[in-house]
Amino acid sequence: MTATKPVHDQLFRIGDDGEIRLLGGYSPSSGRHHFPLLPACPYTGADDVEPVELSDRGTLWGWTAVTAAPPGYKGEVPFGFGVVELTEGLRVITRITESDPATLEYGMPMQLVVAPIHTDDDGAEVVTYAFAPAAETS
Amino acid sequence: MTDVRISGIGLHPFGRFEGKTTTDMGVTAVRGALSEAGNPTFQAAFCATAYAGVASGHKVLGALGLTGVPIVDVEAGCASGGAALMLAAGAIRGGQYDTVLVFGIEKMPKGIIRSSFFEPWREEAGLAATPAYFALRAQRLMRESGVTKEHLARVVVKNRANGVDNPDAMFRKPTTTEEVLGSRVVCEPLHLHMLCSPNEGAAAVVLQRADLTSGEAVTLRAAVLRSHLPGSVLGEATPMSGIDDTDIPPPSTRAATDAYEEAGISPDDLDVVECQDTDAARELLSYEELGLCGKGEASRLVEDETTVRGGALPVNPSGGLLSKGEPLGASALGQVAELVTQLRGQAGARQIDDAKVGLAHTVGRGANAAVVIVSR
Repeated sequence: MTATKPVHDQLFRIGDDGEIRLLGGYSPSSGRHHFPLLPACPYTGADDVEPVELSDRGTLWGWTAVTAAPPGYKGEVPFGFGVVELTEGLRVITRITESDPATLEYGMPMQLVVAPIHTDDDGAEVVTYAFAPAAETS
Repeated sequence: MTDVRISGIGLHPFGRFEGKTTTDMGVTAVRGALSEAGNPTFQAAFCATAYAGVASGHKVLGALGLTGVPIVDVEAGCASGGAALMLAAGAIRGGQYDTVLVFGIEKMPKGIIRSSFFEPWREEAGLAATPAYFALRAQRLMRESGVTKEHLARVVVKNRANGVDNPDAMFRKPTTTEEVLGSRVVCEPLHLHMLCSPNEGAAAVVLQRADLTSGEAVTLRAAVLRSHLPGSVLGEATPMSGIDDTDIPPPSTRAATDAYEEAGISPDDLDVVECQDTDAARELLSYEELGLCGKGEASRLVEDETTVRGGALPVNPSGGLLSKGEPLGASALGQVAELVTQLRGQAGARQIDDAKVGLAHTVGRGANAAVVIVSR
């Protein structure tokens, strides 16, 4: 099995069961979540931020497809790109597993998944978080 | 308060110039502006640039034998020139200097702009895709303001038609909505011709205390720079996450509100506007953010042709960035040079009749938004 490597070690956690969670922050005084984790609440400056794992479900708020490799990117194109609104009310910039914009709809349910980006020079598969359209039955 | 006037402008055309350096282009623009102003002695210089590198302003003034005064490079993304103007005008109003040289220079790499603003992991994950953020913003505008792809194409057609008459623009051929919509999709809903080209160029202005200038000089009524408030995930700050930003004013609105107050005018008083049209949707969003129309009304200004050259409020008579291309550090000062040319009645075929009050708007990475208001 190919070794996998997260694109950044403080963005998300992949459990032994393969499930992924985004690592964000929550400020009790502001009542707001943010991602990724910051030293203070970005909305109020409060320093009571607690690390939290964010919801792995949300709804699609914006989407497009990237058709040419952006700077520093070594993976394949086209790939989906968009914004998912999590149940906490937080809008997260993310890759989308579906690269045909015509198949996606505003407000559709989305599920957090692990997505491969490219294989690095050491042969490890570099992975990141992404959202996929949630199966209708789940 | 001391009035600040613009006593000289200078431009190096915007485009692609193999073999020319930012210093070469800066020399052309600075010489032009100083010459128009009657070669006054200046006590400070601010050089706007994002990509030219260390002490690039010194290199331009060094080539002209004009060093010795403080020279400060100013970086505020696409609004760098507006930021430099704000600093220069403030120094004159505060009595520190009576004459300040402000110039902007840039030589952008080709293709999607690579920005150190994005952390390496965001690049590796493909999330440093600037046109994709533009596309998501365009999609939102279409959803919330009734904007269609045809409206976007008409913005391009308008600006490219204006660019035909601007000898300093990069693209001087008119286009059609069919041609725009027939160009390849870069990031749905944005087609290639709806996006401006990063490029090269330089612009310069000389600011002086009003009593040192002739009565004909254009007055700088306001030069305001603002950054973003947290919230918008699609704002130029491009955070990884955000919240419902319906009630959070974007930086362009904050800058415009303060600039109108500083100038003592309202949007109704404007005769001509140069605004950020990095992509066609950005221009329409700017209409709403600058208060040129109400929220959700941008498409109306396209449909009733308010913003074409013969309309009630012409926007981007220079051809905008869609015709000129965008040399980051020079673009805001290029807009100001256009407004001054319009207010002087020297814009030739692209002249707006009886233009007395103009507004220039830039917004970009940071987020940084600058609004400049000039009048005669």
